Amino acid sequence: MSPNMIHLLIKALGETLYMVALSAAIASLFGIPLGVILTITGKGHIKENAALHKTLGSIVNALRSVPFIILMVAIIPLTRLIVGSSIGTTAAIVPLTISCTPFISRIIESSLLEVDPGVIEAAQSMGASPMQIIWKVLLPEAMHSIVLGITLAVISLIGSSAMAGALGGGGLGDLAIRYGYQRFQADTMVATVIVLIVLVQVVQTIGNRISAKLNKTKIK
Amino acid sequence: MIELQHIEKIYHTASGDLHALKDINLTINEGEIFGIIGLSGAGKSTLVRCINMLEKPTSGKVIVDGQEMTALGEEQLRKARQNIGMIFQHFNLLSSRTVYGNIAFPLEIQGMDKASIQKKVAPLLELVGLSDRADHYPSQLSGGQKQRVGIARALASDPKVLLCDEATSALDPQTTESILSLLRDINKRLHITIVMITHQMNVVKEICDRVAVIENGEIIEQGSMVDIFTNPQKATTKEFVASIQHNDLPDFVKKLDIHKEYRPGDKALVSLSFIGDSAGEPIVSVLIKQYDTNVNILTANIETLQDTPFGTLLIEVEGDEAHLKKALDYLHERKVKDEVIGYVS
Repeated sequence: MSPNMIHLLIKALGETLYMVALSAAIASLFGIPLGVILTITGKGHIKENAALHKTLGSIVNALRSVPFIILMVAIIPLTRLIVGSSIGTTAAIVPLTISCTPFISRIIESSLLEVDPGVIEAAQSMGASPMQIIWKVLLPEAMHSIVLGITLAVISLIGSSAMAGALGGGGLGDLAIRYGYQRFQADTMVATVIVLIVLVQVVQTIGNRISAKLNKTKIK
Repeated sequence: MIELQHIEKIYHTASGDLHALKDINLTINEGEIFGIIGLSGAGKSTLVRCINMLEKPTSGKVIVDGQEMTALGEEQLRKARQNIGMIFQHFNLLSSRTVYGNIAFPLEIQGMDKASIQKKVAPLLELVGLSDRADHYPSQLSGGQKQRVGIARALASDPKVLLCDEATSALDPQTTESILSLLRDINKRLHITIVMITHQMNVVKEICDRVAVIENGEIIEQGSMVDIFTNPQKATTKEFVASIQHNDLPDFVKKLDIHKEYRPGDKALVSLSFIGDSAGEPIVSVLIKQYDTNVNILTANIETLQDTPFGTLLIEVEGDEAHLKKALDYLHERKVKDEVIGYVS
């Protein structure tokens, strides 16, 4: 592989990391609170509210049922409105975030639902407010499971970002399609795939490590 | 200290209304250990949760330490709950916090600063004997140690009342014993009122001053522990008492042909219970000397219930029909509780 190719690969990796990191951060910013609200408004939880729970649940489901590649095209006007352009790495962040937010909210919900209801009841018996229960009970108790969930979301974002690349977003997907596929450069294709594999392995390993450190239920 | 007036709890479920508590009236005095015993599903867990309003009664009044819990708003209720500690069957500790962190938790909720928390937690760790475990996580503790953390956590906010929801049901007998003696000690030292919910009669016998028996959402019997124990009225209460009294007929007696009707030549099989000093009269020797019968003691057992001796005796009385009848009449008139189990040949 030529030095030029290596340079392109590094640039593409940088773009992918940029897209994934920024969309994961923004999606978490919205997805985590949304997941908390989904959880606590559920039946028998600390702020049961059937109407709100159903409405939010439907919106989340609707967003999750649109395949990423369609969502990306469908929201082009919105993307243009937010970043001023519909093409490019920064523009790709808008659809990536919108597709990842409901995913994260469901992951958070399922993590928080795993928290022992008895522990929540104990906190209530001590006079904890709903806010204190969220911050001092739900989130810390579920943190190790949340970290694994976010890891999952990041890996799924890496996949989506490759698709975004195919539509002019740059990054590793873009590189593989333009050079590997359209110009029949098999070595570029292989190199890109290897970089993606390594990237996913690294993310998963980091996620597992952090989660294991946070998980105090298995210390002996 | 705690007063429950006409408490009703009805759950509306898909399969119809479930009447979990029916007109519960209870008064629990300051400083006593009050037991509420019932089988699972009797409503005892719901009842104890009505005291700190984790379950809101459908109707009725709950008064704790002069404060009407049922009339409080959410914010006031949270304040009031800090006055009522609670421990649970499955401990319900925060797995992500150390022993220290768990005990500090209720204090953090009250907004206490770090230095004050530290001053509060150290003596509590000592009280429950876990000073050397402060940095351990719950997963590193045994069941008994976890419950000790639960107790320390419940006591952190200096509550006047401690609610125990099946606090010893998940523990082995030795650990149960040590937790119960810790609770008794806390009750004596801190003069805290304790409400124990349990299905284990030995827990009641071990530490309760008074006890209420709950069945199908109703309190069917209540009184001092000694009364309930020695003179149970309702069938369920009798079963509970029998469950820890080892006065089941011994096998060698069960093998005998026991029948209810007297047949000539039979011996009477009688169980006698003595409470306190009702054992003053020399019953056995009276039976032998005055009624010309022979008495054979099959089993004898004596227990102490809060300093009151309580004995049971299973005897066989042998004699001719007239003497036997008079002897049984005599037993009936005594202050002992007697029960003719049957006759054996």
